[in-house]
Amino acid sequence: MKFRVERDVLTEAVSWAARSLSPRPPVPVLAGLLLKAHDGVVSLSSFDYETSARLEIPAEIVQEGTILVSGRLLADICRSLPAAPVDVETDGTKVTLTCRRSSFHLATMPEGEYPALPELPPITGAVSGDAFAKAVAQVIIAASKDDTLPILTGVRMEIEHDLITLLATDRYRLAMRELPWSPANPSTSTAALVKAKTLNEVAKTLGGAGSLNVALAEDESHLIGFESGGRTTTSLLVDGDYPKIRSLFPDSTPIHAVVATQELVEAVRRVSLVAERNTPVRLAFTDGLVALDAGTGEDAQASEELEAKLTGEEITVAFNPHYLIEGLSVIETPFVRFSFTSAPKPAMITAQRELDGDDEVDYRYLVMPVRLPN
Amino acid sequence: MAGRGESLQSLRARGILHVDMDAFFVAVEQRERPELRGQLVIVGFPAERSVVLSASYEARAYGIRSAMPMAVAMRQCPGAVIVPPRHGLYYEVSRELMRIFADFTHLVEPLSVDEAFLDVSGAVRRLGPPEAIAAQTKARIRRELGITASVGVAATKFVAKIASARSKPDGLLVVRPEDTVAFLHALPVGALWGVGQKARESLARLGIHTVADLAHTPDSTLRRVLGSSGVHAKQLAWGIDPRPVTPVREEKSLGAEETFPVDVADDAVLHRELLRLAHRVAGRLRAAQLAAGTVALKLRYSDFSTLSRSHALSVPTDSAQQLYTAAKSLLASVGTRPLSVRLIGLRGERLERSDGAPRQLSLDRADDNWRTAEEALDRVAARFGPGTLRPARLLREWRGPAEGRPEAP
Repeated sequence: MKFRVERDVLTEAVSWAARSLSPRPPVPVLAGLLLKAHDGVVSLSSFDYETSARLEIPAEIVQEGTILVSGRLLADICRSLPAAPVDVETDGTKVTLTCRRSSFHLATMPEGEYPALPELPPITGAVSGDAFAKAVAQVIIAASKDDTLPILTGVRMEIEHDLITLLATDRYRLAMRELPWSPANPSTSTAALVKAKTLNEVAKTLGGAGSLNVALAEDESHLIGFESGGRTTTSLLVDGDYPKIRSLFPDSTPIHAVVATQELVEAVRRVSLVAERNTPVRLAFTDGLVALDAGTGEDAQASEELEAKLTGEEITVAFNPHYLIEGLSVIETPFVRFSFTSAPKPAMITAQRELDGDDEVDYRYLVMPVRLPN
Repeated sequence: MAGRGESLQSLRARGILHVDMDAFFVAVEQRERPELRGQLVIVGFPAERSVVLSASYEARAYGIRSAMPMAVAMRQCPGAVIVPPRHGLYYEVSRELMRIFADFTHLVEPLSVDEAFLDVSGAVRRLGPPEAIAAQTKARIRRELGITASVGVAATKFVAKIASARSKPDGLLVVRPEDTVAFLHALPVGALWGVGQKARESLARLGIHTVADLAHTPDSTLRRVLGSSGVHAKQLAWGIDPRPVTPVREEKSLGAEETFPVDVADDAVLHRELLRLAHRVAGRLRAAQLAAGTVALKLRYSDFSTLSRSHALSVPTDSAQQLYTAAKSLLASVGTRPLSVRLIGLRGERLERSDGAPRQLSLDRADDNWRTAEEALDRVAARFGPGTLRPARLLREWRGPAEGRPEAP
């Protein structure tokens, strides 16, 4: 095998493909990146039994062939090369990389032992990469980071005709985002549980580049695939029954308050400086005002007041400041609306463009309060 | 002694033990050298300028006291065996002693190598009334360390300390809250903390000899004679001593472990044991009003190699169900076990106070439901004894049958 490719093109491709390599590969060959030179392109693949990544880059192919080399080492080498064409050539059991006057000889691994990568399932539909990336960022904050509850480390993706709904919860908060898409089959109705980590990677590396194809396996392979700009990734779905969480959203919320988003985020950050681990920040909503305070009488205390437009009875609720900041940070509108049933019940946070307008309901963040000692 | 029943109820408010070893250094030496038992024994260097560190009760009958010059002691009690001190050994025994205390409560305030205050209020549900805990403490010290202790039980540190001194040696004296004032008032005024030789003389000139005398002296007089400590002494005279038992170091973890009668390879057996350990640890956490922020699993294989895994919880817990869930997943994270398991342990770490702490509510309310159930479990155990109500899976205790023992992979 022998080919020549521009350094920037190679570096970018190698680092994207190497991203899904496991730091502790289940078998040694899975530490490798599979490079295949054929028909004017070099294809690169990585796999860890759970996630696969594949892409093709144009290259001057002198001799076709396949090699398997350490992905992490290759990525490190590519990043350090000067900006010039790179020649890659096999030499017995080694592979040689030459760029200007630098050359590297790397050991290859037996490509015959490399497992076959899963096929990308048939395309289920397409979504705007940019919109998808934003939606993912809004829901994964609520996904659990606790591996003892594997199901909750996933994001539930429900597809109903031309609407995708993403749901995530760690039992203390719940985020739900709806976004339109173009299904291949207009009557599509399905659901999948995707690892939050996988979705985050997809959003970061495949979002923002025009259209993103989503491929959800209908068979027993339990796979979801994403494809954009010639790059393909597949991932195993999380197994298990996701709890029915849509019903946790309150039917009616007699109390709501509207506050300027950015000011509130900053105030919560400031006040919670005195909130030690697991201690809450209190929000007391009265007519025209929200008073924030945190800390205890024995230790440090902080308080701050902001303007707020309150509808309904006055209410005081305490929250984990971390949960509050995470939810408020993904709201992009100038205002944010808190909707309450009563103090010990969950509070719903939604985006709102104008102080006197209606809230937007395509994103809803439900957060459970903290019960204060009597 | 007052009858049981109501008075127990009042003691339950706050149960403080003052545990003091009897002639600690001498007792340890007698344990090591049984031929010294019943003898006149003095621990100290047999040098002119040395002092007595500890004396056996037999030697004390000759007027030998701690801190007395050795020269005087040897003159006063010429037949005594003088044993040079072995401090390393005493510290060793002291560490074992503190470990025994820690099994009863996390609220231990050591005063020296051989005495400590224990607040056992939180252990009453688990172990019975304070006097029962005091008896258990004494028994364990005797059984495990081979020495004796005297224990005072009261609702305050001050009274507990006086009680232990008055029960020596090998005694147990309980002063109930309703008997406290009468008990104190019968004592000489020097029994009060802060009333030393000089203060005693000043008080004697005013005709104040007993605690009762001082208790009935106006504040202004006491302030004139004793200064600011006068009013404090009067509070003590009425049994008022709000100082809490303050551990030097907060307990950092709380755990339980089990060695199997036969090594185990079966997941189901390990899970059942974890569930039982989780209930044991959670019960103790709740009794001590603590919650664990981290759950740790310990495994010892048949070749004695040991591994531990721990997991940080997003919200601290005192619920057996949550400890169990976390421990089970830690066990799964170990993967295929190379050998069968000899011992399994579960430990709650990063402990923090749970009483009066804000509690993050969960959307599904599962935490609250489990908590309510486990609190009910605590109440049943407090009334009918531990283990009367158990999770269904623990109803038939596992006793590893030698036959049908699963083979290690």
